Amino acid sequence: MTDGTKHAGTGMRDGRESAVAAAAGEPTGSRSQGNGPTLLLRGLRKAFVDVQAVDGLDLEVARGECFGLLGPNGAGKTTTIEICEGLTVPEEGTVELLGLNWRTGANELRQRIGIQLQETQFPDKLTVEETLRLFRSFFKGGISVEESIRTAQLDEKRHSRVGGLSGGQKQRLAMACALVGDPELLFLDEPTTGLDPQARRHLWDLVDGLKQAGRTIILTTHYMEEAERLCDRVAIMDHGRVIALGTPQQLIATVGGEDIVEFAVSTGEAGGDEMGHAAVDAAELTAIPSVQSHRVDDGLHQLSVSELHTAVPRIFAALRAQGLHLSEFRTHSATLEDVFVRLTGRNLRDE
Amino acid sequence: MNKLELSSLYQLTLVRFRLILREPEAIFWIFIFPILLAVGLGIAFRNRPADVLQVGATTTQLTQALAADKGLTAATMDEAAGTHALATGSILLLAIQRPEGVAYKYDDTNPDARSARLLADQAIQTAAGRREAVHAENQLVRETGSRYIDFVVPGLLGMNLMGSAMWGLGFSIVEARQKKLLKRMVASPMKRWQYLVSFLLSRLAMLVIEVVAFLGFTRLAFGVPFRGSLAELGLLCVLTSLAFSAMGLLVASRAKTMEAVSGLMNLVMLPMWILSGVFFSASRFPAVIQPVVRALPLTAAIDAMRGNMLQGMNLGQMIAPVGILLAWIVVPFAVSLRIFRWR
Repeated sequence: MTDGTKHAGTGMRDGRESAVAAAAGEPTGSRSQGNGPTLLLRGLRKAFVDVQAVDGLDLEVARGECFGLLGPNGAGKTTTIEICEGLTVPEEGTVELLGLNWRTGANELRQRIGIQLQETQFPDKLTVEETLRLFRSFFKGGISVEESIRTAQLDEKRHSRVGGLSGGQKQRLAMACALVGDPELLFLDEPTTGLDPQARRHLWDLVDGLKQAGRTIILTTHYMEEAERLCDRVAIMDHGRVIALGTPQQLIATVGGEDIVEFAVSTGEAGGDEMGHAAVDAAELTAIPSVQSHRVDDGLHQLSVSELHTAVPRIFAALRAQGLHLSEFRTHSATLEDVFVRLTGRNLRDE
Repeated sequence: MNKLELSSLYQLTLVRFRLILREPEAIFWIFIFPILLAVGLGIAFRNRPADVLQVGATTTQLTQALAADKGLTAATMDEAAGTHALATGSILLLAIQRPEGVAYKYDDTNPDARSARLLADQAIQTAAGRREAVHAENQLVRETGSRYIDFVVPGLLGMNLMGSAMWGLGFSIVEARQKKLLKRMVASPMKRWQYLVSFLLSRLAMLVIEVVAFLGFTRLAFGVPFRGSLAELGLLCVLTSLAFSAMGLLVASRAKTMEAVSGLMNLVMLPMWILSGVFFSASRFPAVIQPVVRALPLTAAIDAMRGNMLQGMNLGQMIAPVGILLAWIVVPFAVSLRIFRWR
């Protein structure tokens, strides 16, 4: 990876970018910044001892947008977001936030952005309110501690010690700490990793509220449903590069069908074949008009399909004609996961 | 919210205070342990009044003569019972009335028994009417300031200041780094110097409580003397605490884990526990290593505090140890600020 000399081909969906930015709409808040993008990254590169973490990355995030960096662990999401936050210095490339850069405008930037890092452990023996009072004191302006507690829905836990909070409550406290300075730009690094489904939905509602208030939000996640639920636009990252960029709907459309059919077959005779799977003539399947593509992974066949109701009977018929029996069959709506699988041949959470 | 609540230096210092006070173990080691140690040593090395020696006599007349001496308690018993009491150690000497005079039965290899022999003979001769040929009187030496407890209190004070400053800074900083809290704070607009200064401010405030409690206790319980200026003693405590805070900062400036910092801390402190004269004078070490021993911050601190408390010296008479302490403040601070790992 490190010998890369030409990595010009970032975002395969660059052409759609401007249209998407327009669709994202204007923020409702009365934010002060000019017309330029809130965040601009150009040609970013950063290598660590054994890995090229970020490998030629360009991104633009418009004001008021909720932008997601989606990718598996090790894709370079955290390195990218920490470069944006001024915590990591890139070897190459430019970073511009709110029209400022970290070399000359660090002090002002720190006042104007809000940050939630992965795995920050606040002191166990401080209360929620004391922790927020501390972080509030670092900012010249901002919302009151009371308001941040209300926004993060921690009213009941206000006087509780941090050590006694649940995972979701701790994460909401981290969010509140990011909000006390009333930031124009908010960075959330894997805000829901490790939370149970209920706590995750709770946090999503919180982020929704912040979006409504017109804040620009940049978040990383390896949960595709989170990116689909929260983000106006998503950049899918792999090996330090953006491999796809667009709205969740646009990206899902690239799969070529709204639905995914997955099945496995056997010949029906005892033994089948040695691999435990029968051979399928894929050409007959892709000949069906509404079937867009076929791939097979460890005996599991995947078809992307545009009209499920007409495609399924034909798939059944084609398989029967080949003398094959279905041992598994299911369908689901196409997701960002399928986009990632189509682009990389791997699953998002395969590690 | 008032102005003070919005001041980040105030909030940072307040947080340090809260975290110390909510850690019961820390309270024990900082406040209770040194006092327990002083009590223990005070009891072990207390200056006892001379023991009263148990003796026996075969007649009431002899017993009365013996009891007249304040160094003896005497009981009357017959010779057989007395011999038995001697053998079991309940008396040191038996005075037996014989027709020709008095016989003393005792073990002359036992120093206490020999003392008893001298006292008993003197008491019996005096009772029989012996006059002193030369007039004699006693002057007892019980002066405060020359006892072991007086010597060890400044040593314990220095050791305690070293421990609380090093642990207080070193552990808290590395813990914050390990838990990514340091990184989170640096990602906020917090001023970095304020973070470090908040440690010093809370340290100095704790120092007042720590020193007053410890010295106040030793003063009340053992009458440890303060012959020098109290203000100068306070200043010495501040310098000592700052020197070890600087060292704690240096030790914590790169370490990423608690294990690493614990190891470094022990590496730094162990030589000083041994060499710096906490429990016995550092001048007992060979001349070859004396320059090293003298250059250690704990030696300098303890020397200066003993000079102040026991000899009533002023700072002008202790330029060498004070200078060494100042150097130990400036150099480690400067180095650690350069190499400090903020994430």
